[in-house]
This record gives sequence, C-alpha cells and structure tokens, in this order.
Amino acid sequence: MSLPTHLTLEIVTPERALAHEEVDEVQLPGTEGYLGILPGHTPLLTSLRVGQVWYRKGTEKFYLSIASGFAEVLPDRVRLLALVAERAEDIDLTRAEAEKRRAEELIQAAKSGNPDIDFDRARISLMKAMIRIQVATKAKIRN
Amino acid sequence: MPSLIDLRRRIRAVKSTQQITKAMKMIAASRLRKSQDRILNARPFAIQATHVLRDLAARCDPSVHPLLAVREEKTVLVLILTSDKGLCGSFNTNIIKAATQFIVAQGRRKLVLGLVGRKGRDFFQRRGYEPVINRVNVFQHLNLEDARGIADMAAELFVEEKIDAVYLVYNEFKSVLQQRIVTERLLPIAKEEFRADQGAARVDYIYEPDAATLFATLLPGYVRSQIWRALLESAAAENAARMTAMDAATKNATEMIDALTLYMNKVRQAAITREIIEVVSGAQAL
Repeated sequence: MSLPTHLTLEIVTPERALAHEEVDEVQLPGTEGYLGILPGHTPLLTSLRVGQVWYRKGTEKFYLSIASGFAEVLPDRVRLLALVAERAEDIDLTRAEAEKRRAEELIQAAKSGNPDIDFDRARISLMKAMIRIQVATKAKIRN
Repeated sequence: MPSLIDLRRRIRAVKSTQQITKAMKMIAASRLRKSQDRILNARPFAIQATHVLRDLAARCDPSVHPLLAVREEKTVLVLILTSDKGLCGSFNTNIIKAATQFIVAQGRRKLVLGLVGRKGRDFFQRRGYEPVINRVNVFQHLNLEDARGIADMAAELFVEEKIDAVYLVYNEFKSVLQQRIVTERLLPIAKEEFRADQGAARVDYIYEPDAATLFATLLPGYVRSQIWRALLESAAAENAARMTAMDAATKNATEMIDALTLYMNKVRQAAITREIIEVVSGAQAL
C-alpha cells in the first residue's frame, strides 16, 4: 500500500471547530513530549498537555495554543480533540500577560504558605498563559 | 344567534391568547438562536470523538477498560430526553411514541429507564416505571455539570454490570422546521467498519501514556461529550419546536379573530336592519 501524501487535520474543541484541512506536517504536545507527525505515521493515540501545536501547509506554518485533550493519529489523518485551543491570531496578548502575572502572584502566595491557594492549578494556569504568549508572539514575528 | 356582547367578549379572549402565543414565540426564537449556536459549535467535537472511539473500539483489546466491554444485552438502559415544558407542538408526543416503540421492540430484555425532562418523567412514572436516572429542570440552564452527572451515572451502572447497554432517545436539531428523532446506542461503543483499502491500517495503536491511563480519562470523557451533545440537541430542538408551534398558534388566532369579526359585523347589521324594520312598520301602523 502506498503511503498517503497528505494528512487531514481536524482540530475541535467542545466550543467550536478550529481546523479541517489538508496539511503536510503537524507537531503536537503529547504528555510524553512533542511529536512531529508526517503522512504515513503509524496509528497512535496520545493525551495532550498544555503546549503549542503547529501545522505546515507547503511552506506556511500555523500556530495554535492548546491545553489538555487527546489526539488520534492515523496514516492519513490527525484528529485533535482539545478541551481548550486557540489560534495564534485569536490570542489576546495583553490578556494572556495579565493572566501570567496573576498566576505568578498566586504561585508566590502559595510558596509563602497561603493554604487557600491550589499550587498545581496556579502552575497550570501559568503554563497556559506562557504558552499563549509564546504562540502569539511567534505568529507576530512571522507576519 | 349569539349576542353582540358575547361575540366581542370572545374576540377579546382570542386576542389575549394571541398576545401570549406571540410573546412565547418571540422568547422561543431568542432562546433558539442561543441554543442553536451552542449545538452547532459543539457538534464537531462530539462527532470527532465518536470517530476516534469507534476506531479505537475496533482496534484495541476490550479488556483494557471496563467501558469497552461488550456483553450480551440482557439489561438495557434507555435514556429518554424530553422537555420540561409543554406548548411545543408534537415534540414530546413524538419522542415518547418513539421511546415506547423502542421499549416494546426490546421484547424480553430487561429495561431500565433514565428520564431527563418533566414531560417524559410524568408519562413514564404514570405508567409505573421507576427510572434510575431522573432529572428535571436541566434545560433551563444547561451546563456541563448536568451532562457529567448523567453520564457518570450511566457509566457507573455499565461498569458495575448492572446494565449491558445504554441507548439514547432524543430529538436531534435538524433545522428550525425539522426535528429528527434519534435512537442510538451509546454503550458499548460501536466498532468502526474497516474499509477494504484500509486493510493494512488495522493494527493497534501506540499509546502515550499507556493504554490504561489514557482510557481512564478518554472513555468517561467520551460518554460525557455524547450526553452533552444530546442535551444540547434536545434543547435546540425544543426551542425550535416551540417557536413553530407558537407561530402556528398565532396565525390561527389571527384567522379566528377575522372570522369572528366578520360574523360580529353580520350580527350587528342584522340587528340594525331589524330595528329599522320595526320602526318603519311601527310608523306604518299608526
């Protein structure tokens, strides 16, 4: 059987569908590290962690931020089911930065022994904010 | 012949009913817009999740997770989604009819009911069914928590082997004018049919992290997303049904008012004519 030359990428969240496209390459954040997917990949099922996703169409790259969910990879298809995902161009940078500051404050407070604050949750929201900033700036540099 | 006063009273009564149906139509229309947006946006996720899970069910070994188990369907849970409020045309009648047919078709299998929505609960409880899941008033403010509660309960019953299959009966929102009744099996998960050209693809996945950890989050999430979708579908369909029903009612009221007004005018004219005749013949008699 000949290998497929393209991947059908689908990115959906419970709120909306973000992508349904033919692409050449995808990179996504698996729980055990980033994965680069090319057409003809062996079937794979992975959960996702907070991170950035990009996919390439020809020479053009598109970035997204993503947080938790899972991905199914088949030789000719990638399905990304994320609970939260955002395209780089949709990210509100100022809001993301505000979130980052807030999360940092929370972490500081947790470190100084405030028992009301959930350290793990603060850490995850900090991670989310940082990824969003990273993804958004990347998209900006590209343009 | 009814008196003029009676007719006027009737016209007034119909008019005030019309005002109510008109208002209900408007409310349903604005709710519909919201619930329609929600379901249209939630659909892709639920559909993709189904695809993934069907692929998965076909490839992997069902012993990895209890939610993947396939048993002989001896006891079946039927989840029936109806509305809490009436005045939405044949919405509830249709769903209850379909559900009853489904129940009859089960023959000797044991049945347990899960009822969401007051109309369905009232109907089946009056007929002596004892639902294991019984939710009312969820459609007013639909949130993920409700879906999670229902889904986790169904999943738990399935895992404990108290039930061997879960079926959903609900109204799917097809368009504003159309609702489609859907009866589908939620558990066990249907296996994807492999196409012949994909023969070589029929291998198990690589799992990251290991299958057991992955499934522990994946499968309950799947059940929740399907229930969530069904709830949203039903809510949108209900609003659409109510809007069309109330629109028809308003139109009927207009027609009725027209007919009554015409009749009233005839009666009035007849009364005037009669009076003139009386006066004239009275004058002649003098």
